[in-house]
Amino acid sequence: MPYSDSLDVRVTDTSLRDGSHAKRHQFSDTEVRAVVAALDGAGVPVIEVTHGDGLGGSSFNYGFSKTPERTLMKAAVETARHARIAALMLPGVGTKDDITAIAELGVEVVRIATHCTEADVSEQHFRLARDIGLETVGFLMMAHSASPEVLAGQARIMADAGCQCVYVVDSAGAMVMEDASERVAALVAELGTDAQVGFHGHENLSLSVANTVLAIRAGAVQVDGSTRRFGAGAGNTSVEALAAVLERFGIGTGIDVLKIIDAAEDVVRPVMDEECVLDRMALIMGYAGVYSSFLKHAYRAAERYGVSGAEILLECGRQRLVGGQEDQIIQIAAVMAKVASPA
Amino acid sequence: MSRVTAAIVGSGNIGTDLMYKLLRSDRVEPRYMVGVDPGSRGLALARRVGLEASHLGVDWLMARPEKPDIVFEATSAYIHREHYPRYHDAGIRAVDLTPAAVGPFVIPPVNLVEHLGAANINMVTCGGQATIPMVHAVARVVDVDYAEIVATVSSESAGPGTRQNIDEFTSTTSRAVEVVGGARRGKAIIILNPADPPIIMRDTIFCSLPAGADRAKVDGSIRQMVESVQTYVPGYRLRTDPQFDEVPDGQGGAVERVAVFIEVEGAGDFLPPYAGNLDIMTAAAAKVGDELARHLNAGED
Repeated sequence: MPYSDSLDVRVTDTSLRDGSHAKRHQFSDTEVRAVVAALDGAGVPVIEVTHGDGLGGSSFNYGFSKTPERTLMKAAVETARHARIAALMLPGVGTKDDITAIAELGVEVVRIATHCTEADVSEQHFRLARDIGLETVGFLMMAHSASPEVLAGQARIMADAGCQCVYVVDSAGAMVMEDASERVAALVAELGTDAQVGFHGHENLSLSVANTVLAIRAGAVQVDGSTRRFGAGAGNTSVEALAAVLERFGIGTGIDVLKIIDAAEDVVRPVMDEECVLDRMALIMGYAGVYSSFLKHAYRAAERYGVSGAEILLECGRQRLVGGQEDQIIQIAAVMAKVASPA
Repeated sequence: MSRVTAAIVGSGNIGTDLMYKLLRSDRVEPRYMVGVDPGSRGLALARRVGLEASHLGVDWLMARPEKPDIVFEATSAYIHREHYPRYHDAGIRAVDLTPAAVGPFVIPPVNLVEHLGAANINMVTCGGQATIPMVHAVARVVDVDYAEIVATVSSESAGPGTRQNIDEFTSTTSRAVEVVGGARRGKAIIILNPADPPIIMRDTIFCSLPAGADRAKVDGSIRQMVESVQTYVPGYRLRTDPQFDEVPDGQGGAVERVAVFIEVEGAGDFLPPYAGNLDIMTAAAAKVGDELARHLNAGED
């Protein structure tokens, strides 16, 4: 079943949210306007704009924003002519007040994210979002770490609370092909017509486009990407590559492939501090199952404490840290430094 | 000196764990346990250790010929707001373990002494009990413009009350970081981690420091406060030395900060040791009970 009469699959571009991690949350109002105008012009139907860690994410733990996120969302809403603007929120970081505030700004889609086994913390937020007329998406993060059956049960909790599309979110970029399709299929079977299913990939094992295609074949009708892969870790599924691949498969996304290729090169790339690449640290994240936004924090801690960034990430994987536990990276690095050179 | 009597309203995990802690008290005698479920394990355990227990709720408690001196409420914020006027009218002191915040926030080593006369004492949240002593430890020696706490608890230890009202945790805790901790602005983040075996509660406390702050003084104050908390929560400890740093402020500048890493291992009275988040709540409430009893006895003598 397609996403709608006009789209087989709806793509959400998260350059201005997941990309916030790569940019260390330093977006300016001008940059947001430029990127939104380019993506909107290329036919991207949904554009997400928020601090990388969601509403209220500006903090010591995740990094302070340069520009207040509501200023950025307002700029996006003012700039977009066709695209809907979305925002991310994580219960435990943001609150219902944040959801109410963004609805007033003209944001139309709220994406509520929990660790993939903790969906019940989001119920009150979904209910509120639906009550005030927002479109709702649920994010089951670090979905590689739970079985398809467990994920399906968690998706049911979100759908029953008012979530209209539940995403399998490969936050660590750790899924390998069927890992994605089996999870999506389990959610499709569980949710039926109660809610749609989505997929969010990362490039840490170099499989994000392939995983996304498999997810679509398994029944996902909403998928995420970032133009120029602008996101955490090795970056997200490339929207321009995905649009090209899906066009080859005859799957309609409404995105103009040549225009999005230009937007990636001419507009998005200049906004990025550096390309998102599959280097040692990013690959280790996919290999060890580590939350992608830990990357910049691990670099920083490695430098500050003179220890190996790769070792920090491996320890994060061993400790089974979940999204949001960036604070533990400092603790891990401090202990490694102390062990290496005891006072 | 006679022991003051106490009732525990709410026979779930928190109420039951608190009961075991009060049974060890020299000053407080837990006498009644009240629930609403006849099959409650907490009520059965209460009877076994000699408390009078009933599933008929607060009506039963208020009909006792001898009322308790103190009620510990371990239900929900909503229910405590309903019950509280009845305790108040009967002259019973309330120690509120819900986020109702009818009375002043109390973190024992920070401000218990100044609220011993209050008719109702609120215990903030588990994350607040674990982190606000550290915020205060910094704020009592230097000016803290901004403090932020990150509480990570095992999924197993986060009950339906916490899960359905997670916003209450963040808003209550951040307010108490300011009001009790002494930071000008406060923020609270809570994370549930499902790792198996369950992780021990971990808390990180970030405080901004004025430029050129005396780091040794801040460090010393933190260590002193850890010892104060350890007097009633033995499993409260630093995971590593306080970390001093200069980090980007988001505006192209830098801000000095200290990061304190804590873990809280519970006493394992009724709840498993990893549930330090629940243990610190009941341990702090028991501490309040002891000090209230001392205060009430002193008043009578």
